[in-house]
Amino acid sequence: MDIHEYQAKEVLSNFGVEIPAGALAYSPEQAAYRAREMGGEKWVVKAQVHAGGRGKAGGVKLCDTDHEIQATCEDMFGKKLVTHQTGPEGKGIYRVYVEAAVPIDREIYLGFVLDRTTQRIMIVASAEGGMEIEEISENKPESIVRSTVEPAVGLRDFQARDIAFKLGIEPSLTQSMVRTLQGCYRAFRDLDATMVEINPLVITGDNRVLALDAKMTFDDNALFRHPQISELRDKSQEDPRESRAADRGLSYVGLEGNIGCIVNGAGLAMATMDTIKLAGGEPANFLDIGGGATPERVAKAFRLVMSDKNVQAVLVNIFAGINRCDWVAEGVVQALKEVQVDVPIIVRLAGTNVEEGQKILAKSGLPIIRATTLMEAAERSVSAWKSDISPNLKAV
Amino acid sequence: MSIYLNRETRVIVQGITGRMAQFHTEDMLEYGTNVVGGVVPGKGGETVHGVPVFDTVKEAVEATQAEASLVFVPPPFAADSIMEAADAGIRYCVCITDGIPAQDMIQVKRYMMRYPKERRMVLTGPNCAGTISPGKAMLGIMPGHIFLPGNVGIIGRSGTLGYEAAAQLKERGIGVSTSVGIGGDPINGSSFRDILEQFENDEDTHVIAMIGEIGGPQEAEAAAYIQEHVTKPVVAYVAGLTAPKGRTMGHAGAIISAFGESASEKVEILTAAGVTVAENPAVIGETIASVM
Repeated sequence: MDIHEYQAKEVLSNFGVEIPAGALAYSPEQAAYRAREMGGEKWVVKAQVHAGGRGKAGGVKLCDTDHEIQATCEDMFGKKLVTHQTGPEGKGIYRVYVEAAVPIDREIYLGFVLDRTTQRIMIVASAEGGMEIEEISENKPESIVRSTVEPAVGLRDFQARDIAFKLGIEPSLTQSMVRTLQGCYRAFRDLDATMVEINPLVITGDNRVLALDAKMTFDDNALFRHPQISELRDKSQEDPRESRAADRGLSYVGLEGNIGCIVNGAGLAMATMDTIKLAGGEPANFLDIGGGATPERVAKAFRLVMSDKNVQAVLVNIFAGINRCDWVAEGVVQALKEVQVDVPIIVRLAGTNVEEGQKILAKSGLPIIRATTLMEAAERSVSAWKSDISPNLKAV
Repeated sequence: MSIYLNRETRVIVQGITGRMAQFHTEDMLEYGTNVVGGVVPGKGGETVHGVPVFDTVKEAVEATQAEASLVFVPPPFAADSIMEAADAGIRYCVCITDGIPAQDMIQVKRYMMRYPKERRMVLTGPNCAGTISPGKAMLGIMPGHIFLPGNVGIIGRSGTLGYEAAAQLKERGIGVSTSVGIGGDPINGSSFRDILEQFENDEDTHVIAMIGEIGGPQEAEAAAYIQEHVTKPVVAYVAGLTAPKGRTMGHAGAIISAFGESASEKVEILTAAGVTVAENPAVIGETIASVM
């Protein structure tokens, strides 16, 4: 789960990370008012969306007066901000964060991630702040400092000092840097984060170490023990179909293509999408309905896939292991009685009792195109979509 | 021979009184697995399908000399159960549970290091379908009948995609020595590399099939290991060619976040290491047959 910059800053500041003065606003008037309340001469207005690259996309603006803040916010509120991380549809701006501008001496990149090679928490830092980590590792890989944390003892101060020295931080600021690193680490560990990124972490003209931006992602599997983090969820930043699917226990990712997929198991779902591509089509989604393909789940899956207007054919691929094909077939037939599907449906069943399953589909009288192998299913889906035979194949 | 699991291996099921665990315990017993006990704190003295239940893993091991364990415990408590198994002297543990917090798994991995290598537990999973040595025993939730006994060793992240491969082999009359699910989580007990080592040393395994997917460094690590140490033919398939960067595809670990983590990069790395790569999931069986 992602959270907003202002939320991440609040979380981190509770762990001792220093942040600039700032205030959240839900309207242009409120933004101007909060800047006056805060005082100062220059402010930065920052669109709160769950994506990086906001600056380049026009989501971060420096303002000199409260009038300018209001005008800037009027341009932002309600708009979709399109950055290189949001996809073409962008993310809606419904909150802005107004922050006192600070004089910057140096910019540092600081990230905490779950490293899958060492299977530990890893700190990644670079003296080349401001750039994204991908750019840094491409252009200045030698500037990257890495350190892994031994889980039995946590991050030690000597490790934090070592990072500070390698980044060339002035000796008088070593302690502030250690405090910042320890704060981020404790927030990461105590709250089950999977990513903490401060980019940039700045050294100010008046010698302070400040988090100018902050991003945090949390482990969905650990949210059960952090109700205060769950509260930070902002559904306006999620794809509505994906969050609806998640609420129903289905795992769905929307894509650009037009062949909808309903599959049991994540690996098989990806493999099915790949086969569609190889057959000359484009998958419209990833959808894993889980191990048990009950009629309720299949019906939910059809509703979800059909809510994507680009879908012109649906491929159902179920490998029935413990649950049998005849039972899955009955589920598909029942689901198609409940859900109106007016595009070609291709069903491929495999596993236990496959013949009985095929018979049930054949006898149902529903216009289902059957396939025995995965490749055949993909090819039939692609040709069904291309020949656009849907008017004759209306399922009830 | 087979790896990790054979007809005699004494198995306990942690969380045996749960609905799913009861169902699969019955299935495993029917398959011939030597299930000797179950563990559920506070339910010691009960029985499930004739199998005695104990309060702690230690008691179960003392009473039954169990060597292997299957963990069916819900995500908030699963890490604790794995550590309890490691502490009680279990040698091989399979964890089925999906949804364990990643930092719990970091602790599990660290905890297992406390024990010297010769008595350190081997963990496969979590978030996997389990391990089967066809015709001998199964420790997991897979449909046993789709696997024929034979000489192909299978290592896979995904349950149903692994079944797909096994079914394609069965269709060709090709059997499996052992199939090991390593699971779809970012931090897992054993990697492709760990299992490759076992198969390389198993005389009944003649060909090794790796079924990978996007995300993480383990396919690339496996490629390096194969190049250096594996003499047997290796076939691989990598799922997720069409997966977009930065999105989690069902499995918590199936996300492209760094170089070398996309399907096409993994295919390239594996091919360069001399692995025969199946171009699509429909030809996994065919590709394995071609190297036998």
